[in-house]
Amino acid sequence: MSPPRLQLSGITKRYPSVVANSDVSLTVLPGETHAVLGENGAGKSTLMKIIYGSVKPDEGRVLFNGQLVHIKNPQEARALGISMVFQHFSLFDTITVAENVWLGLSKTLSLLDVTRSIESKATEYGLDIDPQRPVHTLSVGEMQRVEIIRALLTNPQLLILDEPTSVLTPQAVEKLFVVLKKLASEGCSILYISHKLHEIRELCNACTVLRGGRVTGVCNPSQESNASLSKMMIGAEPPQLTHRAQEPGASVLRVANLILPREDQFGVDLEAISFEVRSGEVVGIAGVSGNGQKELLCALSGEDVRAAAGTVRIGRIDVSKLHPGRRRRLGLYFVPEERLGRGAVPTLSLAHNLLLTRQEAIAYRGFLGGWIRVKQLEAQAAGIIARFKVKAGGPRSLARSLSGGNLQKFIVGREIDANPKLFIVSQTTWGVDVGAAAQIRGEILALRDAGCAVLVVSEELDELFEVSDRLHVIARGQLSPSVATALATVEQIGEWMSGLWDHSVQAHLGAKAGLVDGAQEADHAQA
Amino acid sequence: MLKLEARAEPSGAWTYASPLLALGLTVIVGVLMFTALGKDPLRGLEMFFWLPIKSGYPWGELLVKATPLLIIALGLAVCFRSNVWNIGAEGQYIIGAIAATGVALLADGQSSRWLVLAVMLAGVVGGMAWAGITALLRDRFNANEILVSLMLVYVAVQVLSYLVGGPWKDPMGFNFPQSKNFEAVARIPRLFDGSRVSIGVLLATAGVVGLWVFLFRTRTGFSLQVGGLAPAAARYAGFSSRRALWAALLISGGAAGLAGALEVAGPIGQLTPYVPAGYGFAAIIVAYVGRLHPIGMVLSAILMSMFYIGGEMAQSRLGLTKSLTGVFQGLLLFSLLACDTLVNYRLIWRKG
Repeated sequence: MSPPRLQLSGITKRYPSVVANSDVSLTVLPGETHAVLGENGAGKSTLMKIIYGSVKPDEGRVLFNGQLVHIKNPQEARALGISMVFQHFSLFDTITVAENVWLGLSKTLSLLDVTRSIESKATEYGLDIDPQRPVHTLSVGEMQRVEIIRALLTNPQLLILDEPTSVLTPQAVEKLFVVLKKLASEGCSILYISHKLHEIRELCNACTVLRGGRVTGVCNPSQESNASLSKMMIGAEPPQLTHRAQEPGASVLRVANLILPREDQFGVDLEAISFEVRSGEVVGIAGVSGNGQKELLCALSGEDVRAAAGTVRIGRIDVSKLHPGRRRRLGLYFVPEERLGRGAVPTLSLAHNLLLTRQEAIAYRGFLGGWIRVKQLEAQAAGIIARFKVKAGGPRSLARSLSGGNLQKFIVGREIDANPKLFIVSQTTWGVDVGAAAQIRGEILALRDAGCAVLVVSEELDELFEVSDRLHVIARGQLSPSVATALATVEQIGEWMSGLWDHSVQAHLGAKAGLVDGAQEADHAQA
Repeated sequence: MLKLEARAEPSGAWTYASPLLALGLTVIVGVLMFTALGKDPLRGLEMFFWLPIKSGYPWGELLVKATPLLIIALGLAVCFRSNVWNIGAEGQYIIGAIAATGVALLADGQSSRWLVLAVMLAGVVGGMAWAGITALLRDRFNANEILVSLMLVYVAVQVLSYLVGGPWKDPMGFNFPQSKNFEAVARIPRLFDGSRVSIGVLLATAGVVGLWVFLFRTRTGFSLQVGGLAPAAARYAGFSSRRALWAALLISGGAAGLAGALEVAGPIGQLTPYVPAGYGFAAIIVAYVGRLHPIGMVLSAILMSMFYIGGEMAQSRLGLTKSLTGVFQGLLLFSLLACDTLVNYRLIWRKG
């Protein structure tokens, strides 16, 4: 029997404040699709960086095809036959696909050679892509194809994929799995990093579970249930949410025919977006990131006030031209997707971060914006920390000293604690561990039950199906009509996410915008 | 092999130790320099670090020099904390001095003692107006405030030369390019007889307290700093970046203009081409060495003015060039920037 493709034993990596990997062992056989499962911060990424040579382990051995190796850098890893597709793409927007791929390859090859080999790999694996297209015209799924082709051009024996499906529609995920299964059948080993249990159960035939930097389980995922995998991953089963039926009340947020040209070159134009959120309901907006979510949210929060008058209303008040502070006074509280740097100032204390959106501790407002009552501010922060079970040293801890999940709990807590009439949250649980995510979803539902209007914008379909009453889909700056979550299917929402509207949606959008986008027609022809 | 390793948290101890270590390094390089110049290094250090604080009179001179440095630095701290890079305080200082002169020259023997208030106010307004040009160009045309504010320094110098060589030249001044001496009522009142220390010291002290309150206890001060620390968070919170830009530039311009007025109507007493003494640039060092903190800047302003006086002493007593002042100032800033690495990194010894 041939030796394992990759064998790690006793890998330990310490950082100043945290042990990222502690005595981790892992064996990948040839042709095996091996999942590495774990929450954010469990040490998956560090382990992969060690294999790929961008991080050096403090202790432990790496065997590749039975040989002891010391991989010093990614070039050496690639020479050995190890390729990696990162979660964040490293492509230059302004040049073509072929030029991007060429950049990473030996200089002896001509651009024409590279173009040809891209085309042949693309046909071989059904990764449809035009090498001549500039990268900025590609969708996120297409960019990932470019990254995969780039990895395949080195004819790897081991392909590492870091959270590859977080940016894909369900249909694109299916396509990706076909490619990966074909690769595996040819003997290429795959290391598949994810925290999505059903994907791992469908695709992988081996799995190593990490928690807190240690291996907590090795199993065959196809023989496990979501619950048993989740137990290995977080040490407990995630709590179940109760979603009780409730009649929505009056309209709180009404967006009518919101048209907004992009602000920067690589942004998205918003095209005639209309929707409504009523009190006591959660409306979800699904979509692959980069389809206009950022632009829509800025227009709703007031960070972008270019929207035409009358397009955004809170209750009866036209807020299209109001700045974030004024909208907040009308009861709109918003949790942005970037926590550090937007939702919170990294170098300020939690207490001071309250001042971004809360003014209870401000006295004498007339003079220089008001006097900050520090004691009261710290007490207020301590209250939020306790109520939302934020793990932090205290109100004086710097925002950046918190883990992603805890900071998110604090920011969500800060906004919910203000008793919003309208609560908007973007990417609720990005980088948040399972326990905290369940807690935040529970808070959202409690807010809804208390009569608040809630808008959730997210890429995670599971999450949207769990919390929403109605769902919209945003694709290329257009918003679909809403469907009741109870009646929606993952397939239908997935198709909409790729911009493949069916005829009823086309008619809806056509009637709204008065025209049908030519690009979409072309897409239909392709489909 | 020595290596730098990132700290998980910035070191609190090194935040304070770094300026001291920087001062130590400056002294060491100073010793080497005096030795290379063939002078007794101890005598040299004495000029810079002992004579300026030995007795009452030099202390007075120390305060005379530290006052404008501190007032300018207090204003600059607001700018730098707001991420507005005003490096043209020197120009705002000059225009402040010119505006103050404009009012002071109106005085005659019968003018009221309160005229001096108008003199100081004119300085503030002059500095604000000059900084306002930078704010306007940045706001309207997105012109880089570093370049604009710096270039306006040289424009201000030309305006000064024109005035002292033309319209405001003292007819009785033997054709020297300078204004006539200000009337006594237009001069900044002194605190004691026999010392050149003026009420500027009190204004600077009030400024220190005022800045502390503004930065750490008012919401406007907070919002300006958020704009500097995390612009996206400021936008999210709804703090206007335009208002922050104007506020920061007007405050620092006003402070620099006030310093100009205090100087021209204080120790100098007339408008001369020598009014720009580099305080506007030295104050940038004062602001950074003082960690942009009001109390820290008091200490660094005193340190910097020791360098000024030390330079003069080294010139008169050791026959060394006065440029040593600049050398020491530069050394201190460079060592501080280097030592600040230790706030975020630690040195470790590792084999290989």
